[in-house]
Amino acid sequence: MEDAATSAQASWFQATARQRVAGLLDPDSFTEFLGPSERIQSPHLHLFDVPSAFDDGVVIGRGKLGGKDVLVAAQEGQFMGGTFAEVSGAKLVGLVRAARDHKSLPQTVLLLMDSGGVRLQEANAGELAVAELMRAIVEARCAGVAVIALVGGKAGAFGGAGLTTATCSRIVISGQGRTGVSGPEVIETNKGVEEFDSEDKALVWSTDGGKNRRLLGGADAFAEDSMEGFRAATKALMSKVPAFDLKTMQAEQERLAARQKRLGACDDAVSMWRILGIQEPETIRDMDAKKFIALANSIKEANHDAR
Amino acid sequence: MQTLSFRHKAKRRLSGKKDQAIIGVVASGNLEVLLERVLPETACEVDIATPLNGYDETWKAVVAEFVERTSPGGLRISINDGGARPDTVYLRLMQGSALMEAE
Repeated sequence: MEDAATSAQASWFQATARQRVAGLLDPDSFTEFLGPSERIQSPHLHLFDVPSAFDDGVVIGRGKLGGKDVLVAAQEGQFMGGTFAEVSGAKLVGLVRAARDHKSLPQTVLLLMDSGGVRLQEANAGELAVAELMRAIVEARCAGVAVIALVGGKAGAFGGAGLTTATCSRIVISGQGRTGVSGPEVIETNKGVEEFDSEDKALVWSTDGGKNRRLLGGADAFAEDSMEGFRAATKALMSKVPAFDLKTMQAEQERLAARQKRLGACDDAVSMWRILGIQEPETIRDMDAKKFIALANSIKEANHDAR
Repeated sequence: MQTLSFRHKAKRRLSGKKDQAIIGVVASGNLEVLLERVLPETACEVDIATPLNGYDETWKAVVAEFVERTSPGGLRISINDGGARPDTVYLRLMQGSALMEAE
């Protein structure tokens, strides 16, 4: 079906989880597992007088991207902040474990992250789900599965979603995408507004946002905020995922130690970008995606193969 | 939470072959509508779960208007509401029935 919200130029940021799945994958290639008509909903939310969702805010299934078979999971960031909970967590964990255990299934898993972390009404189940998911991703990567995180939704990827993202083989991010462990409001609450002003959106985006993550090597590809942008960036990464072994881990540790040494004294993103050798770091914020992708690809820091 | 259930007899079966569709998201001021073609020709059921109590008459009017306008015979429609306004509810119902009629 033709739908403006899933067309090639439609915004990833504005889209729902289902629209992203439809826009990312090859047309009509998606088969959903545990779809909404099965009504696998949260058993807890009604106790809090909070409405449930038929899919508990996570869409999982299989399909094709550029003709290649993939498993895919998408978090719905608009439903309770795209949270990890008992059912939604189990769907994610089950999908990654299935890829780990069954070679007959696609050996590429795409995780369309859009979450602020654990659902507070189901916090214990949610925390467990995050831990199980990270373990499943590590085990799947050991078994040769490529797990790729796509970050560009309204809720970003924070808390458990940030940890999950960082555990993946590869990360694709857009300019609107944000990722980290503690979100801006959490840092401000705990450390004070002098440490991080969560109301200062320019500061938040320049620190947690996709451009900074890409330039520092925290994300492996930058996508324009569109279905086609994420399709192109993900297809390019799928073919070259690094082996997950001791050598990769040691390289990652060295890279992080070097980053800390080189950039640890900086107190904002622009000064880090200057040290990375970018001529006019102030222009990064308004730079269009095409120009930025070319720039990022020329920066050594951004293109480590450690993960 | 309040649950509401409406039974209607539609004028005719909704055209199209699609057996199910979902539209919308459970978010503030929004709702999700799941449509399934599982009932006899002219039967239509609408089941609603909403966190806001006391809007029974409004729901009843919106659903009746929708059934009158589109004749969604054969559909079981299930709604998870996030506190949507009546116009949003009506819009999602119309979008949902259009999805079921596609192809």
